[in-house]
Amino acid sequence: ASAQFQLTVPVAVVFAPGSVPGDLPRPLPFRDVREMKNSVNLRTSITSRYETVYRSTTAQEEAALDVATAREADAALSPLQDASLGSLTVFVVPETSSLLPQGISVYVGKHRSALVRARGGLAALRTRLQQLTQVMSFTASSIATALSDRVPDGQLGPDARRHLKSSLGYEITFSLLNPDPKSHAVDWDIEDAVNRYVQPVLDKLSLVANFSVDSQILYYAVLGVTPRFDKESSSFLLSAHSLPHVINPVEARLGSSAASLYPVLNFLLYVPERSHSPLYIQDKDGAPVSTNAFHSPRWGGIMVYNVEAPASSQASLPLHVDVDMVRVMEVFLAQLRLLFGLSREELPPEFLLESPGNEGLADWELDRLLWAHTVENVATVSTTLTSLAQLLDKIGNIVIKDDVASEVYRAVASAQSAMAKLATGHLYSAFQASKEAVTSSERAFFDPSLLHLLYFPDDQKFAIYIPLFLPMAVPILLSLAKIVREARQRKKEPTKMD
Amino acid sequence: VCTSRFWFNYRHVANTLSVYRSVKRLGIPDSHIVLMLADDMACNPRNPKPATVFSHKNMELNVYGDDVEVDYRSYEVTVENFLRVLTGRIPPSTPRSKRLLSDDRSNILIYMTGHGGNGFLKFQDSEEITNVELADAFEQMWQKRRYNELLFIIDTCQGASMYERFYSPNIMALASSQVGEDSLSHQPDLGIGVHLMDRYTFYVLEFLEEIHPASQTNMNDLFQVCPKSLCVSTPGHRTDLFQRDPQNVLITDFFGSVRKVEITTETISLDNDLAGFESK
Repeated sequence: ASAQFQLTVPVAVVFAPGSVPGDLPRPLPFRDVREMKNSVNLRTSITSRYETVYRSTTAQEEAALDVATAREADAALSPLQDASLGSLTVFVVPETSSLLPQGISVYVGKHRSALVRARGGLAALRTRLQQLTQVMSFTASSIATALSDRVPDGQLGPDARRHLKSSLGYEITFSLLNPDPKSHAVDWDIEDAVNRYVQPVLDKLSLVANFSVDSQILYYAVLGVTPRFDKESSSFLLSAHSLPHVINPVEARLGSSAASLYPVLNFLLYVPERSHSPLYIQDKDGAPVSTNAFHSPRWGGIMVYNVEAPASSQASLPLHVDVDMVRVMEVFLAQLRLLFGLSREELPPEFLLESPGNEGLADWELDRLLWAHTVENVATVSTTLTSLAQLLDKIGNIVIKDDVASEVYRAVASAQSAMAKLATGHLYSAFQASKEAVTSSERAFFDPSLLHLLYFPDDQKFAIYIPLFLPMAVPILLSLAKIVREARQRKKEPTKMD
Repeated sequence: VCTSRFWFNYRHVANTLSVYRSVKRLGIPDSHIVLMLADDMACNPRNPKPATVFSHKNMELNVYGDDVEVDYRSYEVTVENFLRVLTGRIPPSTPRSKRLLSDDRSNILIYMTGHGGNGFLKFQDSEEITNVELADAFEQMWQKRRYNELLFIIDTCQGASMYERFYSPNIMALASSQVGEDSLSHQPDLGIGVHLMDRYTFYVLEFLEEIHPASQTNMNDLFQVCPKSLCVSTPGHRTDLFQRDPQNVLITDFFGSVRKVEITTETISLDNDLAGFESK
């Protein structure tokens, strides 16, 4: 189905005093619009539209910028913005300003604003702006990966089908694997760790989907691979190419909630047996991995937690182990980000990104996710409804119930509303509309009543009905012929008789 | 999927359980397998060795074992349920284990066995699924991107007719016999009193026993299994809809489960300060 997406990003460029370039075409404030069109395939294209407002700072913003570091400025500025989802605000500071560290020209904050050092004229500023929007908003390739089932196969980038698909909810399961309970009595305070570290991230992501979290402890769960002993480091090593085989034997025991159909993300913490400690993961070059963890796209992540050998070899078994949840959660949350596709791509030179801290992701990273998911949702709705229409064309005798029909209408209306909102730059309502559209279209397409068992191929029709009707038809036709002949004879007789 | 009832169709259940066993051995967990058996052979009153299903005479290999999870059993194996599982048009009350929760990155293996004819496969002695219905079901799956690649294996008489009508991309098909030929069973066991396996599946099972999860054997080797001298019928295959060259397709791509894995190199930094934090 053809889809022409128009994605509008409202951008505000705010000039601090002393930073206005000399070559402005018009006095402040003024607006301009820049559009770029990308074709994904013959019938799908994406037009990115940046509606930019150029203005100077208000008094409050000036006061906020009058601090020592960029981070404080970012924190002070954010309550002053009414930055709606999807919009960007860029503050241009004078070239000599000390807010930005040496050698850094652009600072991207945790919210939806950035600080740019004024250098050169308007053209140089516009180049910076373009780089910024590529980082903070969406790029042609990030949207194309959301549309991966429309992109011709040869042109798919490495990110295609790597990130989690847009879904209404996700189930997150934390599992502690203890293969050697006789040696290690492992204690992890998962509930506290989830409330403290995971919940803030999930709260921020709650705009995107519903999350449910559970945890479990599995005993005597072993990895499917035997690690190698390395004499030099006197440790055990798992090489990179044996990692894919680790997951399967464990997966059989992981289980999942029987009631929910949402995709499951598994995060496993493995405490190696005493006989296999310490255990390190090797990357392709043979170096031990600093995080001691790996992840599988669309599945989850595994981290190996080594227990320090006790100081005295006479220590009584089992050793009590208190898992350091901060270290563990740092890795798991990083893996969660990677699974969702929030990783930091290549940054242009002289860019500095503020770390999002305990919230896990910056506001603009949330926006990036929402752009991709909204486009993916609308594309899915379009494909689903088109294929449903084609099915109905092909099989004429499927009966469409009223509620299926109303779901289809609702899906179409929501999808159209989502496209319209995308074009005017209202990301939040566009995303909500796209979610409704996907729910309705999936309900319509997968309605159990649409299964057609009414398939009658022509040769089976003949095969069934001819032996039934042909023998019956022969005497009927013969007697019809006889009646017709008699009727004709009767008509002729009166003329003969007079 | 095993589609036949009755004690004398023991071999079809044994066929299906052998493939199930190989697939589990190579790493696919039960949560990713939908097993449909139309009749219960292990606890059948006519089974002289209850709770077992053997695949080889002299009762060497009990494919029923301790770890079999049958998702659709007995009268639940119908054409309608089979098509519902494939297309996803399932009533909302169906549990997770009875659904096919695949997405556009899943490789699906479908193995069907039973009695068949030219263009149809018989279910439960009372209904049939035609090759056109199957092809349409696969097309519905493709439209919703419910598979990345699909391998379809069928062991019935005139099995090749079942894959003639496929038209969706990325499907590879294997059958135990051509149109007009019958697939024959392998060997009877005098102790149990029925034929234990079909020839094609017997040799496929022998082939699969040699495969381990890290194996690099490719599909071309699977095509060579069971030549006419051993099988009496001529196995056929169809690869024109498949985009990759069968030479490059590993057996474990479909029969096993080898995941793509990436090393995690990033961490985020968390503040462990208690000030300003309320516990819930």
